Amino acid sequence: MKKWFPWILTGLCAAWILASLFPASEKGFKTREFGKLPVLLNGRVQPMDSVARNALLEIRNKQSVTLENGQSLTATEWLLEVFYNAPAADARKVFRVDHPELLSLLKLPETEKHFSYNQLQPSLDEIDRQSERINAKEAPLRTTFEKQTLKLEQSLQLYRRLKNSLQPENTTDFASELKDFEKMLPEGVMAIHNQQAGKPYDKEAFNELAGMINRFDLVMRMAYPLTVPPASADAPRDSWMNAGAALLEYGKTNGIPEPVRFYAAMSQAWRQGKPDGFNQGLEDYQKWLGQRYAPELTKAAREAGFSQFQPFYKTMVLYILAFILACVSWFNLSDWLRRSAQYLIVLAFGLHTFGLVFRMILEGRPPVTNLYSSAIFIGWAAVLLGIFLERTYRDGIGSVTAATLGFTTQIIAHNLALGGDTMEMLRAVLDTNFWLATHVVTVTLGYAATFVAGFLALIYVLRGVFTRTLSEKTAVALERMVYGVVCFALLFSFIGTVLGGIWADQSWGRFWGWDPKENGALIIVIWNAAILHARWGKLVEARGLMNMAIIGNIVTSFSWFGVNMLGIGLHTYGFMDEAFKWLLIFIGSQVLIIVVGLLPLNKWASFKQTPKRPKLPQPAGGR
Amino acid sequence: MPDRILSFFCSLRLTVACLVAALILVFVGTIAQVHEGLYAAQSRYFRSMLIYWSPAGFPLKIPVFPGGYLVGGLLLINLTASYVRRFSFNRDTIGLQMTHGGIVLLLAGQFATDWLQVESHMRLSEGEAKNYSEDSRRYELAVIDATQGESAKVVAIPERLLASQKEIQIPSIPFTLKINHYWHNSRLSQIETNTPGAPASSQGFGQSIAVREMPATVKMDERNLPSVLVEPVSAQGNRGTWLASSMLQDPQTFQVGGKTCQLVMRPARYYKPFFIELKKFSHDKYKGTDIPKNFSSRVRLLNSASGEDREVLIYMNNPLRYGGETFYQSGYDENNPKVTILQVVRNPSWLTPYISCALVSVGLLIQFMSHLMGFIKERKSA
Repeated sequence: MKKWFPWILTGLCAAWILASLFPASEKGFKTREFGKLPVLLNGRVQPMDSVARNALLEIRNKQSVTLENGQSLTATEWLLEVFYNAPAADARKVFRVDHPELLSLLKLPETEKHFSYNQLQPSLDEIDRQSERINAKEAPLRTTFEKQTLKLEQSLQLYRRLKNSLQPENTTDFASELKDFEKMLPEGVMAIHNQQAGKPYDKEAFNELAGMINRFDLVMRMAYPLTVPPASADAPRDSWMNAGAALLEYGKTNGIPEPVRFYAAMSQAWRQGKPDGFNQGLEDYQKWLGQRYAPELTKAAREAGFSQFQPFYKTMVLYILAFILACVSWFNLSDWLRRSAQYLIVLAFGLHTFGLVFRMILEGRPPVTNLYSSAIFIGWAAVLLGIFLERTYRDGIGSVTAATLGFTTQIIAHNLALGGDTMEMLRAVLDTNFWLATHVVTVTLGYAATFVAGFLALIYVLRGVFTRTLSEKTAVALERMVYGVVCFALLFSFIGTVLGGIWADQSWGRFWGWDPKENGALIIVIWNAAILHARWGKLVEARGLMNMAIIGNIVTSFSWFGVNMLGIGLHTYGFMDEAFKWLLIFIGSQVLIIVVGLLPLNKWASFKQTPKRPKLPQPAGGR
Repeated sequence: MPDRILSFFCSLRLTVACLVAALILVFVGTIAQVHEGLYAAQSRYFRSMLIYWSPAGFPLKIPVFPGGYLVGGLLLINLTASYVRRFSFNRDTIGLQMTHGGIVLLLAGQFATDWLQVESHMRLSEGEAKNYSEDSRRYELAVIDATQGESAKVVAIPERLLASQKEIQIPSIPFTLKINHYWHNSRLSQIETNTPGAPASSQGFGQSIAVREMPATVKMDERNLPSVLVEPVSAQGNRGTWLASSMLQDPQTFQVGGKTCQLVMRPARYYKPFFIELKKFSHDKYKGTDIPKNFSSRVRLLNSASGEDREVLIYMNNPLRYGGETFYQSGYDENNPKVTILQVVRNPSWLTPYISCALVSVGLLIQFMSHLMGFIKERKSA
């Protein structure tokens, strides 16, 4: 049994992953399929599903809606309701408000966290009034209350735009409205022409058309995603329009655009509760797109499928499981537990790689393009290093390192995703796959390696001081691991930093400008070089090496996040304020462990019986 | 004794001390940028031998930490000394030799860049051609002999001289320019009935303008706006006082020694033996957003000496290197979509990072790979 346990456990987990690749087919309204429809937003083609998820993240900090009866709506189900049945959506408690002062300003009960648009309606003027004042204030000076107020105002604005994306929000039957528009268009246009020319005109037709134009104009100004693909095949591929613009700019002369018609058909069926009609409209639209915009249709469907599959969430589950197994294996020294952890990590790594590569294909970019993807990639590289260490030493240390760093970076990525679209388009200067693939990837590998070295050092200190499990053999192994990983870190951080300088030389005409991000990368290089030289010069021994490696954690976290926070004022993200707190907590914890590591060796639980320091291996290099 | 000095400069202790000092320096210098601004923090922490601390209320400057030049210089000496002392060419050390040689080159190249690099910019609207670029920070006082119309002779007086000299000879015209006052940073205001003030000068624009002195700024997004009060004096006598200022863009004309002269304070110019003409500037954004997708300038390069006449596309990450200078797409004018701003950099040592990067990368790879291979072999045999 013990022999087969690792295989069985890994097999079960693999089955769990595979099962979610093939979700059960939908009954009733095919909302999942609707979520795959392509739209243009943030300068890129994306599925409705992503629009829905990112909007909910902004409004509710979650990717789904939990209803009061305990059931939940997926992001797309919620978005459909917002699009097609605004009055019902207005009653959903989706707006997250949790700042006590804001709650009291809005006269809302402090016992709840989520409120509906209807509940907020009476306070809309007050929120506008407050935001106007706050907007005039410099960002760094804003208090938490002010930031929260502004965030709520933006959420409300986003919500109003969503409601008017496909049709005016107060429409009950948009399909009929379009029919009327089409029917009276010739007369109405004639009336408007005559009126403008000062001739007698048909007043009734004039007023009716003007009223409709007003309603569509609302959609043109408010609509959030661009839902109508370019009308002619030779137009630029990205010249999508929103529904209102398509009706007013294109529809007046060329008839109602097909996509608007399809969405209207779905709207009608949705309102009347007829799944068949809805599914038929959806299918017709997909067919129409397939003939003209097949690449967009496929890309959007892939992205929606990817979000549904949630590979990164699943890796987190696996990493936790592996962490527990590997830790336990240190105490009872059972190899089957250690092997289980090792196999699980390889499985999680496969999934992690799949997610990483899939995102690269979707974006057509190298792995790291923003802070979110840097977290995913640092985790990936750290896990790879951990797997290599585990394969070499077979003592659970590599697995614990891989599991912890894999899990932590996924948590960080998850929180970074709260900031919105994680596949946003790149600003002009970053729009170069060559430098993203070389500089950014190497420098990020340098971060990952420095974190791995620092984490190994944490294991050394914590196991050494608090447990008796740090045998001489393990201590020596850890020392060699840290040394080797620091070498690796220096290699990548140096190459990455210099490549960054060369990129800057190519795009701005200076190799080095002492910019915070550049300096951040530089101090990692300097610190890794300092560790290695201190080791070669025998200025530090095992414990000094470990403490220096832990300082490496602080240095790297500063470069990765700290420098972005210095710019507070230039780019403030809600998350960054929250993240600053966590950065300080992290740095504080590292300092604490360094203090613990400075305890005399005879106070370390592992070395109590043998006051002698573990024997120092010969440093592998020397100048 | 010389031996001990040499050992000191070769020691790994010194290396580690320098690296730790560099780490602290870079860290503090980065944090300081938040309050002191990029430029000031750079000068204080990185382009300095020592960093001083002045206790509030005391006219003291106490050196508290080595500055960038000192740390970098010591590191360079340390590297070079140990390099020379321990140089031996064999298979085991070739990686380390390459790495440290590359670092020496990188540091030396950066010192050279620091001394030799000249940055300026060129602002062009479509159809316009220029054979000069302009400094972003410094100004010059141009005295133009406009008697002969087009082929004007220009004497450009840099700010440094305006600040230090009492008078300057203009030999070509000839007359002497007395410098009555120089403001490093100033603001002008129009004198009106409700905003009184003393007129800055007896002649020209300055008759209705008052000058106010401002403290020098170090902020990234602000620049010092100098003004100067001058008095042309020739054999025929005195021509009154004139105010020239970086805020007065139009030249002022006066007669001296039978010639027509123009006076204007303008950004310092760097002339080139060729012209750059802007054909077209494009600034694309991603559909439905304000995120810039691309900036590009199609320019015509015109060199009458070499007979060159060709079009070049300058865009993000793709500069034009020509005549020892590099032209980068740097910015645009928010109010005028037909204007491009090119950054112009002269840096004779621009290639050093490329070479040193290659050297160090290969060196480190060789070094660490040989360790890794040895390690794996050892594990396998164990």
